[in-house]
Parts: sequence; structure tokens; C-alpha cells
Amino acid sequence: MNPELQGRQYPPTEPYLVGREKVREFARAVQATHPEHLDVEAARAAGHADVIAPPTFPIVIQQLTWNQLLDDPEAGIVLERIVHGDQRFTATRPIVAGDELTAQLTVTRVRSLGGNDMVTCETEVTDASGAHVVTATSSLVVAGEAA
Amino acid sequence: MSAIEQDGADLTRLEVGLVVAEREIQLSRDSLVRYAGASGDFNAIHYRDDVAAAVGLPGVLAHGMLTMGAAVQPVIDWAGPSRVLDYQVRFTRPVVVDPESGAALHVVATVGTVEDGTARIDLKVTFAEQTVLGKAQVVVATDR
Repeated sequence: MNPELQGRQYPPTEPYLVGREKVREFARAVQATHPEHLDVEAARAAGHADVIAPPTFPIVIQQLTWNQLLDDPEAGIVLERIVHGDQRFTATRPIVAGDELTAQLTVTRVRSLGGNDMVTCETEVTDASGAHVVTATSSLVVAGEAA
Repeated sequence: MSAIEQDGADLTRLEVGLVVAEREIQLSRDSLVRYAGASGDFNAIHYRDDVAAAVGLPGVLAHGMLTMGAAVQPVIDWAGPSRVLDYQVRFTRPVVVDPESGAALHVVATVGTVEDGTARIDLKVTFAEQTVLGKAQVVVATDR
């Protein structure tokens, strides 16, 4: 893996329009039962414009930025060698159906770990006004060639 | 479900060590296919036994992000979804999902720390008596 990857920032992704049915589909898939994820009236009663996404939903948008990293020939990361090490979401506000979100990935750390490489990247998700919504931070363990 | 496990729970008087939610989560192969479609993660180790075996896995695994996403649900039902500010986990052990019996996760959510305006809820997530997520922590707002 390319150690000079640390600090690299990819261009912001094309805007992702968060659909109401996508939020519901994702909520059901993670066995969410809270009505604010599923029922528009319940979400509105709680002060949201529409249904709100579960806290791990940003992974859907974050994956678009991982694809940029994987498609970068200079990064030298092969999908089949990756193991997801850890994951974190730090939110300013919940994602709401109707949001148009843009994500930008920065590689914050690259280090060797007993024959493997560990890449930490931060994806900042912002809304159409440019305001911060959530930061998704991941460590990916990339197995060494000989492994 | 206990009386405190509902929206509008009083989060202003939490004590460290209090168990705020507990739940059994059942995953099946259907759950994995559903999550693959919803999330866009179509890695075949999550639905094909032959591919899982070829890469040396003991069986088809649940997506780590499915385990992470489902494990926080008891906390959301207790505190309300708008109160979740931060959520992190380490993926420490795979969850093998049997084609017939699936996999049962057990989640216990306990107050870890209480600070001004926030509390850290620690999740203990086990599968077959073994912890599958490390440092699984949810920070919730307690002042709104």
C-alpha cells in the first residue's frame, strides 16, 4: 500500500438525494422499530420534516467515497483484502428524507500493523446548504500481499 | 419491555451502571439479503456459502454494519432517535449465520458515564456467549 496516501482528500461526491422509501427500507433492514424512522406523521410530530434515518444510514453515502479510494490506482487497495476494523458516526443532526447530501473522504492515517496496513478515513457529510450533518470514520485493515 | 424503554424517558437522572435496555436480536439469511439490498453492500461472503468457504470463513457472516445497525436499536427505542449524537464500534468477532437457525444476538445497554448534557451508553453485544463488538458506545443527549 502507498504510505503517501495519508492526508489525501478526494473530491466531494455528487449530491445524494435521501428518499423516504430508502430510509424506511434501511430502517427495516436494521430492525428499527421507532416510528420516527417509518411514519411521516410521527416524524413530523417530533419536529422533523420527514422520516429520519437510523444512525448507521450514513454508511450508504460513505460507501460512495470508499469507492473513490478503491478506484484510485495510486492507493493500491484491493477490495478483497479489506476487513472493516471499526466504525464511528458523529452527527450534528439526524439525516432526514429529502436531504441532498454530499460526502468527502480524507485519508487521515496510514500505518503498518504486523504485515497488514491500517487505513483510517474520515468522510464528512454535508447538506445542500453546506452545513455539517455527520462525520463517518472508519478503519480498514488491508491484508498484506503475502498474507 | 421495561417501563423506561420508551420515548420521553427521563434522561436527566441516569446513574452509571444502570441497564437502560436489553434485547435479543434474531438474524436470518433473509436479514442479510435484506441488509445487502438496503445498504448496497453486496459482498458475496454475506449470502454465498461457497464464497465464504473459499476465503476461509467458517460460514456466511452477517455484515458488521448490520450488527452495528441492529445493536443500537434498543437504545433508540429508549432514548428517541434524535438524541443519538455519536455511535462507534470495533468489529472484533464475526457472526456466522446458520442457513436454518440463523444467529441470535444479545444486546445489553448500560450507562457508562454521565456528563453535563450527555451520557455514554455502553453496549455489550454477544453471539453464542461471545462478545462480537468491542468499544460499542453510544453518546446520547440528556438535556433535550
